[in-house]
Amino acid sequence: MFFCVQVYKDPSKGELPLLPEEHVQDSAKDVTYICPFIGPVRGSLSVTNYRLFFRCTDREPVFGLDLPLGVLSRVEKIGAATSRGDVSYGLACKDMRNLRFVHKEPEDSLKKSVFEVLMKFAFPVSNNMSLFAFEYKQVFPENGWKVYDPLAEYKRQGLPNESWRISKVNDHYELCDSYPAALVVPVTITDEELRRVSSFRAKGRIPVLSWIHPESQAAVVRASQPMVGQNGRRCKEDEKLLQAIMDANAQSHKMFIFDARPSVNAAANKMKGGGYESEDAYQNAELVFLDIHNIHVMRESLRKLKEVVYPNIEDSHWLSNLESTHWLEHIKLILAGALRIADKVESGKTSVVVHCSDGWDRTPQLTSLALIMLDSHYRTIRGFQILLEKEWLSFGHRFQQRVGHGDKNHTDADRSPIFLQFIDCVWQMTRQFPAAFEFNEYFLITILDHLYSCLFGTFLCNSEQQRLKEEVPKHTVSLWSFVNSQLEEFVNPLYVGYPSHVLFPTVGIRHLQLWVTYYIRWNPRMRPQEPVHQRYKELLAKRAELQKRVEELQREAANRTASSSSERAGSPTRSITPVQTFV
Amino acid sequence: MLSLGSVGAKSTKPSFVSYVTPEEIKLEKEPPKKLKHPDLLPGEVEFCSANPILKYTQDDLSQRGVFGTLFCTNFRITFISDEKSQEETTKTFKNKLYGENDIPLMFVDHIYGVYDEKRKLITGALVKNKYPSKIIIHCKDLRVFQFCLTYTKEEDAKKIFQGIAHHCLEEKSLKCVFAFSYTGTPSPEMQRKRETILFDSPEDWTQEMKRTKANCRLVTENENFELSQRLPKYFVIPSALGDLFSYQGKGFPIWCWSHYSGCALFKASLPPVTQEDGDFQKHFDIMINAVAHNYLYSAKTEDLSESLPTIQDIQQSYNKFKQFFLIENSTDFWLSDMKWFSSLESSGWLDIIRQCLQKAVEVVECLEKDNTNVLITEEEGTDLCCVISSLVQIMLDPYYRTLMGFQSLVQKEWVAGCHAFLDRCNHLHQKDKECYSPVFLLFLECVWQLVQQHSPAFQFSETYLTVLSDSVHMPVFSTFLFNSAHHRESVLKHQRQLSLPSTAFKTPFKKGFFKDETDSLKKMLRVKRLSRWMGSPDSTAAISREFYESWQQRPLDYHGLLLPCLDGPAVRVWMQRYLRWIPEVHILGGGSVAVMTKLMELLSQVQDLKRVLEQRDSSQAAKPDHRPYIQHRLLSFGSSGRLPSSFPFAYSRNRSFKPIIPTGLMQCLMLTDSLASQEDEASSFVSLV
Repeated sequence: MFFCVQVYKDPSKGELPLLPEEHVQDSAKDVTYICPFIGPVRGSLSVTNYRLFFRCTDREPVFGLDLPLGVLSRVEKIGAATSRGDVSYGLACKDMRNLRFVHKEPEDSLKKSVFEVLMKFAFPVSNNMSLFAFEYKQVFPENGWKVYDPLAEYKRQGLPNESWRISKVNDHYELCDSYPAALVVPVTITDEELRRVSSFRAKGRIPVLSWIHPESQAAVVRASQPMVGQNGRRCKEDEKLLQAIMDANAQSHKMFIFDARPSVNAAANKMKGGGYESEDAYQNAELVFLDIHNIHVMRESLRKLKEVVYPNIEDSHWLSNLESTHWLEHIKLILAGALRIADKVESGKTSVVVHCSDGWDRTPQLTSLALIMLDSHYRTIRGFQILLEKEWLSFGHRFQQRVGHGDKNHTDADRSPIFLQFIDCVWQMTRQFPAAFEFNEYFLITILDHLYSCLFGTFLCNSEQQRLKEEVPKHTVSLWSFVNSQLEEFVNPLYVGYPSHVLFPTVGIRHLQLWVTYYIRWNPRMRPQEPVHQRYKELLAKRAELQKRVEELQREAANRTASSSSERAGSPTRSITPVQTFV
Repeated sequence: MLSLGSVGAKSTKPSFVSYVTPEEIKLEKEPPKKLKHPDLLPGEVEFCSANPILKYTQDDLSQRGVFGTLFCTNFRITFISDEKSQEETTKTFKNKLYGENDIPLMFVDHIYGVYDEKRKLITGALVKNKYPSKIIIHCKDLRVFQFCLTYTKEEDAKKIFQGIAHHCLEEKSLKCVFAFSYTGTPSPEMQRKRETILFDSPEDWTQEMKRTKANCRLVTENENFELSQRLPKYFVIPSALGDLFSYQGKGFPIWCWSHYSGCALFKASLPPVTQEDGDFQKHFDIMINAVAHNYLYSAKTEDLSESLPTIQDIQQSYNKFKQFFLIENSTDFWLSDMKWFSSLESSGWLDIIRQCLQKAVEVVECLEKDNTNVLITEEEGTDLCCVISSLVQIMLDPYYRTLMGFQSLVQKEWVAGCHAFLDRCNHLHQKDKECYSPVFLLFLECVWQLVQQHSPAFQFSETYLTVLSDSVHMPVFSTFLFNSAHHRESVLKHQRQLSLPSTAFKTPFKKGFFKDETDSLKKMLRVKRLSRWMGSPDSTAAISREFYESWQQRPLDYHGLLLPCLDGPAVRVWMQRYLRWIPEVHILGGGSVAVMTKLMELLSQVQDLKRVLEQRDSSQAAKPDHRPYIQHRLLSFGSSGRLPSSFPFAYSRNRSFKPIIPTGLMQCLMLTDSLASQEDEASSFVSLV
């Protein structure tokens, strides 16, 4: 249940359910897993080049742990060996749990402990090895790398059109190495002007279109901060570009610039050459700060949350402990920001520019959430995949840095749960609109599990350019290959669709919940029993079954009428099959 | 739309409320009159009125509102807008007895007057010649109304203010309650079925004993309340107990329910045992013995007044808790949103709910695992005893999770069981607040926790519970109006002829999930005994933790034992009840109503297909289908996506679909630690770790 693999063999037979190209590296008997919920469990431990596998057959039911090594953020020896030669190892995981094992030090001092082997394979990048994703060669019926085609997606939005063009200026990632090759910009701005804008925007991340409203033509545009600095630098081309974005939408003579940061932090950035758009330079544009904190605050908040939920929950102080983590307050601010953006675009019919500092953390959180609110396509399974591929992967959210795939440096200040936070926000929306999303909770959890697993290539590297350089699509399998080959697992049976509906979630903290089935899923007491969705599925199946029977009976009845009438008519025209009438 | 009970028992019986079809509503609608007066219920009398009164719209910070007339009748305060109200006519469902702008007098919790920008709590006595410019009414169902009196003539304003204050706040006699003036009669169609067992006859009790295979004795000696006025007319005791008259005034075990194993749950009103009182100790021993004789000679006692909060604690906690929902404007809302979780915790309300459920689980464990008779006691024996014994029965007996079973349980444990509704709900606005306590609401809260954790195990929905919690204060029904069976009888005897509406709910619009309960008893019997396990007897919490865990590991059976998860994140706020009037949290097109709509749709599709199939089958036998069309049809709204999450209670005023954006955003999260000022950029960041 911890990790879904297709080729799962029966573990009670003692076989390890190995994936293609997965090999056992070491195993040890008589390892004790100190389970915080059921106490010490003795069993055997195996380490492969992909996962850790622990099994205890003495218990009923059989106890097992099966986790990809990618979820490990830290492996360390706790304390020295005891008199009996026992050594304790602590494993800190990225998915909200810590594991602890006790193991006898091997008598032969030359032999490596299974945990030393584990350390090698858990952090392949630090050991100059490749991630398992590059070895995994499973073939799926569908190729997930084909899910996202930028031009097709822009075409769906009606682009290019008379106001917007698709520029090839970044074809070789020369303008901006963290942006995708295809960029949508106003027709009135030349590539040369774009190059000049890129020197004015942090990391060259110029304002480009993310989404356009099919009716009002109001656009959601993303960027990084302008390099205003203490002296208030200006850039003619940048001002022209923003004016052009405003002009592309005839409905409004105004525009909103959403700076995701708290205003204090935005101002502090001027010291380092960054900053925000001044009102003098950008007339008709209104600047709004969304007060979302930086990656370090978010990392700290999640650390506190883990402390509060794992392994034990203090029931009597649960609520104040939860409040002290600020996690849901951050979620509220992000959702509130996205809501304001969606409101300006939908109700105000104005175009918006969204940026933070570099435009690759808070910006994709905000734009992708706003897009989910505005465009029902992104609430389907495939649409959501396209959204992730587009707003997160192609626009260079630094997954490698933020997650630290295969990297043992667990204190790296670049790590931060930005993407997890986004998925949490999506989950909050699915809670509020249970019939508006085609995917279910399991889909979101699966995405998060494989964010860390390093089984698929989808979340590797920091940008589109790096992914091409490393030939990730060629050497690895896409997560979407896996997902789209078993879609029925991920479908929300309550999905209605509402094609034209804009969703405005409620962002009051009263309506936000901690995502118990993700953050507290390791606690067996919080495990959901039979989920209600199971019953929904039964209902759907029953309907299908009845539908089938009706059709059968109709067919039979029609056959009978046809045959009886033909008999009455006395003609042998039996070759006419009425079956087709009832398809 | 809520209506008078539709499927009633005997016609003189009291009642809850129920849902009826929209067609019925339409029939009642009259063409708009020029002079707007409220449509009075039978027996309702208008006292006074004032016009123009400005009613502030709650979802607006700017002091905008609607002009109209404010009325006070012997049943309610009502506001009728001068403008043609659109919502009223477009509503698919509504309460049949009171509308959006009606406040039944017993719903009034507090009235505040605003005098020169200062807010004062109005107590009946203070009202002299002065009247406030604005009155704010907090209702027991958590609605908040604000009326401005400055636009109307001075004497009218004075009159309506004094009228409202007098009728809502002054201590009054029971006879003034509207139920005694109400002359509405249940339509004959409403009396079609009798399903809720009222437990007011020996037969009802005999039947219940038979159903649970109880081996106890029915007591009829109290028929004329000769034993005690605090005891029900009929009740059941352990068979080992002899002549009851010899124990008069001392309290004895009353049977609640029998487990299939033979052991049973009893409750008693007993003061806590003290060492010195040898006489009482002797009596107590006899009682315990009698209980133990019931089965296997084992009995456990649990003094609830020792282990659970007092009714005053409950009252105080709820008072704190409800303040978080009596919200007058959006600034209030967003300010309180910031400290939401810690405020909730400080009220202690969720913790009280957890404690009650925890105690019930402990009792369940004794019955289910140890097969021990249990005697729960408290001083009165009609407050927490009712809470715990009802919860135990819901967890153990699937019958009580059906609609009729649940209503029968409320009758058995609460109404016939002599819970002092009149005092606890403070229906008469008595100054003595000591005996006021929302004990019954606490019980409903606990049931709601079970419903939200195991919704397929229940035939009724949370909407049912919400409506039920409102109906407690509905002065049309006498179900929750009296302190005891004796009280009920003595009051009703002097009443000439009372035609109170009849009881029971019609099946509400919910749930095709509840698997047939016909064989529930059989299934219940199939529940296997828990495997034996070890545990240190000193920590009960840890033991029931194990009890829960071993239950959790078994395959889920909605017809068997049902236990709640009581860990911190599992105990939640009853959002529907508490947030339904707050526009800031309404989700248009979302919430559980979206699920329900989809479900209704699926259900009716399945039903349709089944019907087609049956017609196909019967067409060969030429049997026409005369069964009534299923009700669920009615919920297949065309515009299903656009219902607000507060359905069927509050409707969004403006359908223009504007999002609600927090106003207090800036003050939201001021972080002072050093992390907040750090740069995202790692290159310029020196690691501190």
